Amino acid sequence: MTAHPATRDPAWMPRVFWTLAAVVMLYPLLVATEFKPWLLFDEQSRKSTLRFLADFFPLVASGEFLIMVAKETWRTVAIATAGIALALVLAIPLTLLSTRVLSISALSGRMAALPFVLRQTLRMALVVLRSVPELVWALIFVRVVGLGPTAGVLAIALTYAGMLGKVYGEILESSETHASATLLRNGAGRLQTFFYGILPQNAAELTSYTVYRWECAIRSSVVLGFVGAGGLGQQMDNSMKMFNGGEVATMLLVFIALVALADAASAWLRKELG
Amino acid sequence: MRIFAERLSARHPAAKADAPPALAEASFTIEPGEQVAIIGASGAGKTTLLHALACALPPAAGTVTLDGVAPWQLPRAELQRLRGQLFLAPQVPPLPPRQRVVTAVLAGRLPALGFWKSVASLFYPYDIPAAHHALTAFDLAEKIFERVDRLSGGERQRVGLARALLAPASLWLVDEPLSALDPRRAELAITTLTGQARERGVTLVTTLHQVDVALTRYQRIIGLANGKLTFDLPAKDVTREMLERLYAEHPEELGGPAPELIDPVPAKQPAVMHCR
Repeated sequence: MTAHPATRDPAWMPRVFWTLAAVVMLYPLLVATEFKPWLLFDEQSRKSTLRFLADFFPLVASGEFLIMVAKETWRTVAIATAGIALALVLAIPLTLLSTRVLSISALSGRMAALPFVLRQTLRMALVVLRSVPELVWALIFVRVVGLGPTAGVLAIALTYAGMLGKVYGEILESSETHASATLLRNGAGRLQTFFYGILPQNAAELTSYTVYRWECAIRSSVVLGFVGAGGLGQQMDNSMKMFNGGEVATMLLVFIALVALADAASAWLRKELG
Repeated sequence: MRIFAERLSARHPAAKADAPPALAEASFTIEPGEQVAIIGASGAGKTTLLHALACALPPAAGTVTLDGVAPWQLPRAELQRLRGQLFLAPQVPPLPPRQRVVTAVLAGRLPALGFWKSVASLFYPYDIPAAHHALTAFDLAEKIFERVDRLSGGERQRVGLARALLAPASLWLVDEPLSALDPRRAELAITTLTGQARERGVTLVTTLHQVDVALTRYQRIIGLANGKLTFDLPAKDVTREMLERLYAEHPEELGGPAPELIDPVPAKQPAVMHCR
């Protein structure tokens, strides 16, 4: 082999090593997650799965039920929209306060100490807001404000304020800052710079991300319903507890349609913004 | 505005601390209403000098004062107010692609405009006649309601210059205003800049690659080479020899470069979606 060094792929040994290393590292993860896919196919699981699926038929499509589903679907959209709106109220000022793009001292060298500390503190606040899952916020708010959509709205508002604020900051800081820096250098105020330099530069990206998050909020508001935060999820939970598979199936279909619709709406909006 | 610089050195904020400063020990005075052209080969420190005068870069050494005020000793809010009295036009026009020309031009007025008025102006431009007047001076009046990304590189450069006519400034610092313009538009732009500056009593400092334009349109020429001020003379006293020495390392630039295009107009693309 050493006689023909040029015919040998020098990357072969590292490749083998890293593949083996990946397998060795993966194994404990599989053990920790009790990864046993064959359990899905044994006699008992197959029976109970089939029973659950068979329950889905016939779909429940009585007028009264459909009207209720329509109302709850609308409520789900409302929870997501109100949640996002509240999140924006929090996220926008936090972004403006925490982004270095609007720093005047950073224009000519390093950011001054006090603004730096303030910006970092606000960033940490955003990280904390978004690291607590909305499900946990919802469980807390259901205890505070009682069962119903209000808890869902507040839960979405807090988590999504963190997500939006953090990503808005990342979008602004990875953007082209020539226009905004020049405005600041010519003596414009920070908010003026935001409206005349930063917003026109990034409006499409910011809106597109917001719409994508709205779509996520619709999906997550259904999950929140399961802990009593109102909307389609809460009804789905009720029907499941009553073993009414037909109702569950109808609501699932409506939900799939809703997500597809939100997806199409956000795709259309992104195209228009381009 | 009166500019006084003594042994002024400056370096780019991202430059290494041990690198030689891009501008070293420049001393000069510019009287109010004077018009000065800064010439020199690429990398001579022209832009750095302009930024140091615009309070965009703190001096690494030496002093600069504007109307007797040392800007870097002011509190930040005061410094920002002072920046509102000068207008720095970078070589690459600082225009967001989705903005309309009218908004981009009116943005020059921001330092003099209250916050609410500037927000209201986004809904209905508050002084269309002024924007129209400024654009007319640069032969762009018909583009007033176009979007910036529909303009050519040369048109964008002239929009950037038109902004100066709205700025509440008594000092214009203009970086390479002709780099993307054809000869006829360049002629018009330089006539407008110098004429308007004279009319308003504004001090005008311009960096230029076009030596012939500098010599015929400006009374005073400052020559920069390798960050050092090599001459500072009335235009009529600048000799061919001095110029040849100034451009000794880059003789090809002395003839003046052909107009270069800034980036082409970008195609319309859907907005990127981030899944984070």
